[in-house]
Amino acid sequence: MELRSYIIRRLLLLIPVLFGVTLFIFGVTMLFSPIERASLYVSGIRDLSDLPGIIERFGLDKPFFTQYGTWITQVLHGNLGWSLAVGMPVWDAIRSFLPATLELAIFAAPLVVFTGIFLGTRAAAHKDKSIDHVTRILAISGWSLPTFWLGLILMMVFYSLLRGFFPPGRLSVEMDFVVHSAGFIRYTQINTIDAILNLNGPVLLDALKHLILPVITISTVNIAFIMRLMRSSMLESLGKGYILTARAKGLSERVVVNKHARRNALIPVITVSGYVFAGLASGAVITESIFTYKGIGWWAYQAASRLDIASVLGFALFTGVLFVLVNLVVDILYTRVDPRVRLGGGVQ
Amino acid sequence: MTDWRFTARQLVKNPLSLIGVVLIGIFIIIAIFAPLIAPTPAGHHDPYMIPRDGYWAEPKPPSAEHIFGTTQGQYDIFYGVIWGARTAFRVALIVIGITILIGIVLGSLAGYFGGVLDEVIMRITDVFMAFPWLILAMALVAVLGPSMKSVMIALILVWWPSYARLIRGDILQVREEDYVEAARGLGASSGRVIMRHVLPNAIYPALIMASLDIGAVVLSAAALSFLGLGAPEGYADWGQLTQFAQNWISGPLSDPLKYWYAVTIPGLFIFFFVLGWNLLGDAFRDIFDPRLARR
Repeated sequence: MELRSYIIRRLLLLIPVLFGVTLFIFGVTMLFSPIERASLYVSGIRDLSDLPGIIERFGLDKPFFTQYGTWITQVLHGNLGWSLAVGMPVWDAIRSFLPATLELAIFAAPLVVFTGIFLGTRAAAHKDKSIDHVTRILAISGWSLPTFWLGLILMMVFYSLLRGFFPPGRLSVEMDFVVHSAGFIRYTQINTIDAILNLNGPVLLDALKHLILPVITISTVNIAFIMRLMRSSMLESLGKGYILTARAKGLSERVVVNKHARRNALIPVITVSGYVFAGLASGAVITESIFTYKGIGWWAYQAASRLDIASVLGFALFTGVLFVLVNLVVDILYTRVDPRVRLGGGVQ
Repeated sequence: MTDWRFTARQLVKNPLSLIGVVLIGIFIIIAIFAPLIAPTPAGHHDPYMIPRDGYWAEPKPPSAEHIFGTTQGQYDIFYGVIWGARTAFRVALIVIGITILIGIVLGSLAGYFGGVLDEVIMRITDVFMAFPWLILAMALVAVLGPSMKSVMIALILVWWPSYARLIRGDILQVREEDYVEAARGLGASSGRVIMRHVLPNAIYPALIMASLDIGAVVLSAAALSFLGLGAPEGYADWGQLTQFAQNWISGPLSDPLKYWYAVTIPGLFIFFFVLGWNLLGDAFRDIFDPRLARR
């Protein structure tokens, strides 16, 4: 299939998925009575007597599909509603919190993917040797760690014991001041990249110090996952006939492992890496909450715990789009890694 | 029967899976004998509510009276983690049990009949799987009110699609077997063919996967509780005990690790519980992987 028509078809598939996701969340919030939902708009004691007015104004007592229709129409006009949790439009909230989360993902994703692939390859190449056993124990342990607890332990050791060397948040107060000063141009809102572009060392150092613990917290589980996947994929690949051929040709073991076996073993890992990146970018909810790292996951948690329906719906739309797009990119990458795979079809 | 004996022998032969079996065994014993290990004080009504020793916020270090100390609000940590094992098993068994039931019903309908029904059910699973589970669970818990029941409902809703898909896949394979064809040829009804011939042969992988998911379910439930969306305050639950410690990760300047017991102990229970299931799961995967066939 031609690339462009394939992309168009996949993007069309996005529509029913997004309908389903939003219908579901909308249905859940409709379990509240109109009065309960109206009270979310109450900001002062004076508004309290006006609950029927609010219900009237926002049409909160209309039938389900009428309300859903109103919301969808607004979304199609580019209006995602007002985020009560942070006091700004939902669209602005997504735009202002996304860079922080992207920054986290930019550091965590390569760490996860490269460490996972490297360790997984080593483990498979030395199956049943000591490195295989050690990485296996590390992976199973890492996979069993509760993320939130790991975050707390890291904070206890590195923040409390080392006297605030790796503090929570995104920047210290002074550096936050520098970043928001006139001389500092925020090209991307991603602190480390902006610091490099502004040639500002202290800001870069400070941003990195704030990033280390959240990145470790969020990466541990994912590294364990990729590593195990890579190992089993490599083992399968090493058992294939072409490996026997390569060895019989007298190629060195390193070339056999790194060139012949790994290329083919990477295919499932690429798929999962796509999901890992989408997961990092959309749902660092726990990590961001623990470290009060104000990214999109932190915002989503604030919104959900405050019943901020517009924000939760906005976040749902955002992650839905992200997952489908990442999937699409992964499928296109497939054809580059494995020439046998055709777009829209199976293996030839 | 020989299958089971082979599986059991393989599990004991591998030191890692043996550790897993032992860990799970310890937790089962803790859960069963919780009333003996951590007796409920007289006059305390609900044994699942942790008894508290006053209302002072600051955790107290381990002492003769409180072996693991008390956490924020003077809840006894030892009592909490012991009865928390019961909570963990209960949540896991209920969630897994109901999920697999839903999975079996929808998966076999989709797999056996195919066509439009299959398409509809699979698109529904797509929707659920495209969704960030934590946010879905958070929204649900927010609506239903924080309680263990809401946590379980939320987990069931986010967990069933993978089982429905797994069982559907297995049924698609079994459906084409000769003995199914034979049963149909003999005039058996669809219901009978599914219940007597297809399911018993298709369900084994799903059951294995389900038993190994216990650790993952407990981990997710703990995460929700940690975010304050689970059990009511004071309920014996590992996630909540960890949340209590969130404000106490750093002690005074002179003693930064002063509250280590409140932070580490509940998390260690979660970790070892999940580790036990994951070690077992890893061994199972090796045993059942057809590529590593018995030699």
